Amino acid sequence: MINREGLKYTKEHEWLSIEGDVATVGITEYAAEKLGDIVFVDLPKVGSSTTYMKICGEIESTKSVGELYAPVDGEIVEVNDVVSGNPELVNHDPFGAGWLIKIRFTELPTLLTHEEYAALTGEG
Amino acid sequence: MKSIPLKSKHEALGASFTDFGGWEMPVRYTSDLAEHHAVRTAAGLFDISHMAEIFVEGKQAADYLDYALVGAASEISIGRAKYSLICNEDGGIIDDLIVYRLGQNAYLVVANASNREAVVAAMQKRSSGFDATVKDESDAWVLLAIQGPNSVSILSTLTSDPLDDLKYYAISESEIAGAKCLLARTGYTGEDGFEIYIPVESAGHVFDELVSAGSAQGMLPTGLACRDTLRLEAGMPLYGHEMNVDVNPYQAGFGKVVRLDKPGDFVGKAALTKLAQSPPAKMLVGIAGEGKRAARADYEVFVEGSASPIGVVTSGALSPTLGFPVAMAYVGADFAQIDTPISVDIRGAVAPFTVVKLPFYKRAKN
Repeated sequence: MINREGLKYTKEHEWLSIEGDVATVGITEYAAEKLGDIVFVDLPKVGSSTTYMKICGEIESTKSVGELYAPVDGEIVEVNDVVSGNPELVNHDPFGAGWLIKIRFTELPTLLTHEEYAALTGEG
Repeated sequence: MKSIPLKSKHEALGASFTDFGGWEMPVRYTSDLAEHHAVRTAAGLFDISHMAEIFVEGKQAADYLDYALVGAASEISIGRAKYSLICNEDGGIIDDLIVYRLGQNAYLVVANASNREAVVAAMQKRSSGFDATVKDESDAWVLLAIQGPNSVSILSTLTSDPLDDLKYYAISESEIAGAKCLLARTGYTGEDGFEIYIPVESAGHVFDELVSAGSAQGMLPTGLACRDTLRLEAGMPLYGHEMNVDVNPYQAGFGKVVRLDKPGDFVGKAALTKLAQSPPAKMLVGIAGEGKRAARADYEVFVEGSASPIGVVTSGALSPTLGFPVAMAYVGADFAQIDTPISVDIRGAVAPFTVVKLPFYKRAKN
């Protein structure tokens, strides 16, 4: 069971779970709800590099397309293949089975705490 | 934004709202996909009270409508309906409409919410010289649509009317949950169903009874989000996307609706007669793709060997029922043949599509 308070967040509604030098990244429940039924997830390839706050993928719902912004500079070491075939996982379990990518990083930028993110979305 | 009369009932059902044509409308209650699938497999209940109800009455009601619209309203039998268009003098489409004949000298014309003012103004202007009155009664009516294979069995619990006698594109006076209303076998989803015109005073009660009756048979309250994917799968145009004043009926594939053969003049006749003489340079087609990425409105359409676009998408989505991307697009007439391979620029990625016959989805006949 993910401890949401232990996660880091970005203004673009991504969460990060940090273990050593690898960050697991997904989108928050708030973002998933705003998007609606997610029908297609376009994720970067393993081995590709990411640049902080640059678009590295897309999350498409029935009605709109949301961008996935890389929350850190680094290299994609793993991608959630299950989500590709089952995009609805991002709606049903955005903090768990709906995780999207894992990035190996050298340095972490300034990220939001759980309280700061909750304040951002008005859920504090 | 304007509010529909039953707004608080939709709030109580958990609806999220959106601005559509200046109206605050329920866009979804639970999930777009769940609501779409409910309509195809059980039933959905739409509140489309933002639509305009324009009543036309008088000894020359039929002649007047023959003049004001492109179709032959005078040929509609009492108790029947026809899809029609109202065009301007240049043959551009002001709105698409359903015209119901309620009596010898009485019609109900239903227009899109976004065009209500323009249609009412044009219709009133065109009535001058005819013994006919044009009355915008939209605010006095709630319009609910029950759509899906269980529509008849749900509605039959609330009325003693013989619903099997009300055929497709027919309308009659009816009593639903004890309230007098107009009941039409029409819809915008490609499923069997009814559109129920209810006087505002009784609408809340009828709505509650429908929700209750429907819940026992898998009916969900359904919003505008799934309404769009349903009508798209059924190949039905949406004004503002497939049609606007810069589009004529022949480009949109609705040339048959224009009755150039009816006696007497009608607004747009000269322009439409000329347009009918040569094939349109651009045409509305259905296109189907592979994978899961939707072609969406305003995306450009290309063909092998052309650096410039040969068309543009007007509506599109990943079809919930069919599982592949479907869209409608205007393309140059040279590329409008069924099976023509084309491609769509989906946010920088080129996706292959094929021109296909409309509709994408047809319900099974029972």
